[in-house]
Amino acid sequence: MKNLVEWRKARVASVTEVASDVRRLVFDVEGGLPAFDAGSHTNIRVMIGGKPAIRTYTCLPAGPGRLSIAVKLHEQSRGGSKYIFTLGPGMDVDITVPENRFELSWRAGEYLLIAGGIGVTPIYGMAKALARQGAKVRMHYAAKNRAAMPFVDELSEVLGDNLSLYSSDDGRHVDLEREIAALPADGELYVCGPLGMLEAVKAAWAASGRPVSRLRYEVFGDNGKFAENTFQVDVLNRNITVTVPPDKTLLAALTDAGVDMIYDCQRGECGLCAVDIVEADADVDHRDVFFSEEEKRESRKMCSCVSRLTEGRAVIDIGYRT
Amino acid sequence: MTGQTFPLNAWYAAAYDVEVGRSLLSRKICNKPLVLYRKESGEAVALADACWHRLVPLSGGELNGDNVICPYHGLEYDDSGRCVYMPSQETINPSACVKSYPIVEKHRLIWIWPGNPALADPAKVPDLHWNDDPEWAADGKHIHAKCDYRLVVDNLMDLTHETFVHGSSIGNRAVAEAPFETTHTDREAKVTRWMVDIEAPPFWAAQLGRKDHVDRWQIINFEAPSTIVIEVGIAPTGTGAPEGDRSKGVEGRVLNTMTPETDTTCHYFWAFARNYDLKNQARTHQLREGVSSVFREDEAILEAQQKAIEENPDHVFYNLNIDSGSMWARRLIDRMIDEEQAVRVAAE
Repeated sequence: MKNLVEWRKARVASVTEVASDVRRLVFDVEGGLPAFDAGSHTNIRVMIGGKPAIRTYTCLPAGPGRLSIAVKLHEQSRGGSKYIFTLGPGMDVDITVPENRFELSWRAGEYLLIAGGIGVTPIYGMAKALARQGAKVRMHYAAKNRAAMPFVDELSEVLGDNLSLYSSDDGRHVDLEREIAALPADGELYVCGPLGMLEAVKAAWAASGRPVSRLRYEVFGDNGKFAENTFQVDVLNRNITVTVPPDKTLLAALTDAGVDMIYDCQRGECGLCAVDIVEADADVDHRDVFFSEEEKRESRKMCSCVSRLTEGRAVIDIGYRT
Repeated sequence: MTGQTFPLNAWYAAAYDVEVGRSLLSRKICNKPLVLYRKESGEAVALADACWHRLVPLSGGELNGDNVICPYHGLEYDDSGRCVYMPSQETINPSACVKSYPIVEKHRLIWIWPGNPALADPAKVPDLHWNDDPEWAADGKHIHAKCDYRLVVDNLMDLTHETFVHGSSIGNRAVAEAPFETTHTDREAKVTRWMVDIEAPPFWAAQLGRKDHVDRWQIINFEAPSTIVIEVGIAPTGTGAPEGDRSKGVEGRVLNTMTPETDTTCHYFWAFARNYDLKNQARTHQLREGVSSVFREDEAILEAQQKAIEENPDHVFYNLNIDSGSMWARRLIDRMIDEEQAVRVAAE
């Protein structure tokens, strides 16, 4: 169920470096917190260029009345992780009471968990919850290298041989076809990670013929195939041109320029912020899960909340008519 | 205490096997609206009866194979509650799902677990095996009672009411006058009454087929939160029943499991099982209908009681000696609720 978000004051209790460029923060939340399950997320009010914005992070278990997150400092941060990295013990932030849209079903005979990079945050909680209940679990954790991986010791302790690590620096990758084939008919796969990994998992699952309902994933919409660049967009019928810098979304640039837009999820899932591409002189970096692979290849539309142009300029139609 | 009157981490009967089939049954359990149906394989499913999109009850929609289609925009959900179709787009929003409740079909009942699904252990389904056992002949019904489920527990934990509520059927003075013993464990309570060397009440004389003096027993077994198995029967006096040998007599089990619908209404599933004259289908039918009309006498009392409680919200019941069984039952229910809430608070 989706409920109105409930904001609370929280104070940073601790900041720990848990992997290279990854910090774990623990917050004391004013007024306590209801219990939350693995896969839950919280929203944090961050300051970007002096203006407030909202970023979403997975909640890690942290004890009664506490919330914890693990954040990776992105090279091309839109400002969210940069802000989080300025926080120290004693500082105050606003957070929301956790909600969960990435729940374990507790119905599968066996669980396959796949984590890529900082996508390990919800998967870590799931592995612990499943192991605690004695469920059959296999986890595959891929990142640039071992130094970039938080939580490995804890996960090894609860999963033992059922945890496999993969460093892309060493050229090791998960054999998706084999891992999926090893699942029983009622097995489920939970994945969280970069868009490229997610697309590969979705394709492998589709190729296996297994029911789509047994593949679960969560998206935050904050990464894509290409690095972020500045690009320009002309809005049809509005006589407005916006310049979208690397640390801003097209949707934010449009609304800041006074263009009326509708949107909902802001993570590339619902499709409401989609715009028509009338013409473009560069490739579209689709970062959503709303459009199909076919639709992304055609690039006739794009989700403005997460997707970008690799560079250059486009003319878009937001549906405004005179 | 938050005023919760039932624990969520428990198996509750949602329906009799025959109530669920290849159509959508809407039923509320523990304040949660559910839609129940069977897959083509016969396996039962319980989903939350509210579409992820705009909360329209799925029970107003239709079945498509093993999936449910919402009547409003046609979103389709499979038995795990995941959306597998949504209109006017080529992909499915990965957040789209409704809750699918852990479900077990056992003892001719369909049980669901409304609490934390991680804790739903099928081994914890209450033991009502007499309802589906070759050594017993059993049948029963589902009653929708307009009362707090705990009033039904009270009613079953003390059978002195038989003498008065059911005086024209199964009651006689012996029950109201006989002494009894109450024992309890951490999860169960038991009230035992033996009436030794009494005249057989008409109902039992008819079951035994003779009118000798008999030893009669009533042993009420309560398991928290809401399942009660009552051992009843008679044996000719002097054949050793009080000492443990009931073989010369006839035995029944009154099976009862109550499920909160809301805080003031409940679903009551019962059956009467017997260990004699097993192949006599007519007797099974008559017993079921007979018990049914006996229970209608109880329903009238319980609904009147519920109304009075609502009109007197601050009133606390007085208790008599005969209420020891129901006091233990309520104590054990409250303990389950407290334990559940303590776990939640610890995690906060």
